This record gives sequence, C-alpha cells and structure tokens, in this order.
Amino acid sequence: MHLHRHHDGLGGSGAAAHRPDGTRRALRLGLGGPVGSGKTATVAALCRQLRPELSLAVVTNDIYTREDAEFLLREAVLPPERITAVETGACPHTAIRDDISANLEAVEELEERSGPLDLILIESGGDNLTATFSRGLVDAQIFVIDVAGGDDIPRKGGPGVTTADLLVVNKTDLAPHVGADLARMAADAKAQRAELPVVLQSLRGEAGVAEVAAWVRERLAAWQA
Amino acid sequence: MNRAALLLLADGRFPAGGHAHSGGAEAAVRAGRITDAASLEAFCRGRLHTAGLVAASLAAAAALGAEPGELDAAADARTPSPALRDTARRLGRQLLRAGRTTWPGGQLDALATVFPRGLHQPVVLGAVARAAGLGPEDAAYCAAYESVGGPATATVRLLSLDPFDATGVLARLAPDTDRVAGRAVRAAREALTDGVDALPAASAPLLEISAEAHAARGGRLFAS
Ligand SMILES: Nc1nc2c(ncn2[C@@H]2O[C@H](COP(=O)(O)OP(=O)(O)O)[C@@H](O)[C@H]2O)c(=O)[nH]1
Ligand SMILES: [Mg+2]
Repeated sequence: MHLHRHHDGLGGSGAAAHRPDGTRRALRLGLGGPVGSGKTATVAALCRQLRPELSLAVVTNDIYTREDAEFLLREAVLPPERITAVETGACPHTAIRDDISANLEAVEELEERSGPLDLILIESGGDNLTATFSRGLVDAQIFVIDVAGGDDIPRKGGPGVTTADLLVVNKTDLAPHVGADLARMAADAKAQRAELPVVLQSLRGEAGVAEVAAWVRERLAAWQA
Repeated sequence: MNRAALLLLADGRFPAGGHAHSGGAEAAVRAGRITDAASLEAFCRGRLHTAGLVAASLAAAAALGAEPGELDAAADARTPSPALRDTARRLGRQLLRAGRTTWPGGQLDALATVFPRGLHQPVVLGAVARAAGLGPEDAAYCAAYESVGGPATATVRLLSLDPFDATGVLARLAPDTDRVAGRAVRAAREALTDGVDALPAASAPLLEISAEAHAARGGRLFAS
C-alpha cells in the first residue's frame, strides 16, 4: 500500500464542522415537510435569491428518483454539477435520519466537485409530519407546510412542526380559497414552538422567499463566524 | 468469536446505505419474475449461490487480511455490469464510513486514504469485520445473509408482501446460507496461498443484465 494522502472525506462520520484543511465546511440546511407543500419551490427560490452572493448546491431525495432534481435543472436555478439526486429506496425519512450515508456522500462529493461551498440545501422526499433530519447530516432544518394542507397542522404538532429550526407556512395566497385561518395557524405554531421562528410566505407574492432567505443568511453568518 | 459485534454488523439497521438498494429485486418485480413469496425464494436462492457466494468469499478473504486492492480487482473481474460495479463501490464507501466511526482504528482509516474512490462492498465488509474483532466466517455470513436479506426487505416494500412470508423465505434459506458461508471461507483460505483466482466466480447473467436496465430507467424506487 502506498500511503500518499488523498482526500478522504471529512474524517469519520462527515458531521465534523471543518474540512481536512481546517477551513469551515459548507453549512448544511435540511428542508422537510409533506409532499407538495412547496419544498422544491422554496429551494428554487432560495437558489435564485442567494446565488449572486453565495456559492451553493442542492441535494434532493426523491421518492421516485429524480423528479425534484429535474425540476431544478429545468428551472436552471444552478448549474447541473451543483445538483445531486439521492435515491431513498421508498423510505425518504430513513435517508435523512436513520441511515444518512448516501446523503453524506452526496454533500461531500458536491464539495469535492465544485470546490469549497458556502451552503448546501438538502431537500427531503416529501414524507409525513414525523420526518426530521439527523444532526449528523444537517446543521439546521426548515420544515415546510402549506395552508392548503389544512390549517390545523400547526395545532397537531409533530416533531417537524415543533422542533424544526424554522417553520415555514407556505402558500398563504391560497388561504382565502381553502378557507384557512392564517392568524390561527400563526398562533398555534407559536404555541407549539415557543421561541423558535415561524415564517408565513407565499412564493406567488411580491416578497416571495425573502424572509426565509434572510433567516438563511443569519444562520450562515453565525456558522462562518 | 465476538457474537455481539457480529449481530451489530449483520443488522439491517446498520447505517451503511443498504436500505436504498434492492439487490436486483425491483428489476425482477418489474419483469414479473418476483410476484409472491415462492418466486422471491427462488430469486433469493439464485442470488445467494451466485452473487452471494462471490461476495461472501471476498469478505472472508478480506477478513483474513488478503490485499484489498487485489480483492477489489477480483471483484471487478466477477462483476460484468458497470452499474453493479459502481453500486458496489458506492456501498463500499458508505460501509467504510459507518465502519470507521463504529470501530475507529488505523486500518480502516488507511483503507479510506489509499482507496478514496472506494472498494467493492464485500471487500470493505471483510475489513470492517476484522476491525470489529470478527473472523472470516463472520464476514462470510454477513455477506451471504445480506445477499438475500436486502431483496427480501425490498420486496416487502415493492409488492406489499406479507412481512412474515418474507421472513419465512429467509428462514428456509438458512441451511443454504450456512453452506455458502462455509464454501466461501474455504475458498478464501485457498486464495491466501494460491491467489485471488481461487475465489469463486459464480455469476447470474440476468442479475447483471437487469441491473444495467434498472440503472438506465427512470421512476425507480431503489438505486439498484
Ligand atoms: N399558490 C401557491 N403555490 C405554490 C407555492 N409554493 C409552491 N407552490 C406550488 O405547489 C406545488 C408543489 O410545490 P413543490 O415545491 O413541488 O412541493 P414539494 O413536494 O414540497 O417539493 C407546485 O405546483 C408549486 O408551484 C405558493 O406559495 N403558492
Ligand atoms: Mg419536492
């Protein structure tokens, strides 16, 4: 065995906060939440908003292979080499929580391929309200629900709603059409989450993803400090 | 003998990425070759005596301390499908990551350094078994059992097969699994003196061909 040193990942598990050369690795943010709540749309909007100022990449975890990745490619929010699809064997929550190896490999490959990145967004394949990301995979997580999914979801709680670092209630533009009570959703979310932040957003509206982007910038500043 | 470590390494919940792979079961389900418990059993028996035997002998040889690079080349030679070679190295990298954090030590770290693109999963399995204080029999059993356990679990998800029926299949394959593990260890010991050509080269052409088709198709649930 000749032992000249190659890049061998980020030490044992990949959760280490520094690269082998001692610099801080990319901040990893997970986006989870039910199917159709607007995770991919939020990722796309974040990429458009943040790409002028940050170097970033995306990992998708599709239930059926590459749907989300292909959407992001079609929308051309990032160059293709910055988007990786991980396959999850019909169990998307396993891939982000119980066995994170494929996702860890994907984030490391992205950094190897693209050079040092500031931010990697990891979208979970839509799952139920109990799916959360392992702390071994992400540094913080965003849980995305939408008003059309029922305005009692914040009240019902569940690990995503109660513990995510940021709760996004998406599609507020649809509230009048589905009879959702936004004030009640906000109050219920606040009751479930105490001090943890909540953002109500419509990607169809003027402000779009701005508030979530501001939260991401804050997290990144804290991470890089 | 270090039985508790063996249980840990053989556990399907060991976080090494296997849950996203069906061992060819998804392709076989799509082709109508697996439709129920009986056809799952036939599929698994075939896989055990071909891919399973080869994997078990590679794992046993690695656990005995054979040169990993040579074993990896031997695995390549026994895996015609580029997609399967790719999958095997990917799973090897993922297993090495899990193994290095579970049983930290210089040998596995060195493996990651010398082979940054990864080694075939059975080769890593043998090395990890060694790092866990396990022997060649243990490594062979893990590989043999995994060669049928993966497809059985996947089929439960793919066909909504009764999970008790799937477990029954694995129980009926236990005597075959014993025999395959035994053969694999004998071959691995021979390979230590006679070289890697002494390792079995049983192959299942349909597994190789359908793995290529599976890798090329969209709308799949499992990576392989
Ligand atoms: N009206 C409305 N539709 C939205 C909004 N955000 C996303 N969508 C739509 O909701 C659907 C599902 O979004 P997607 O991002 O694919 O959901 P995901 O399954 O959580 O990734 C798509 O048709 C989006 O265009 C929003 O704020 N308002
Ligand atoms: Mg999506």
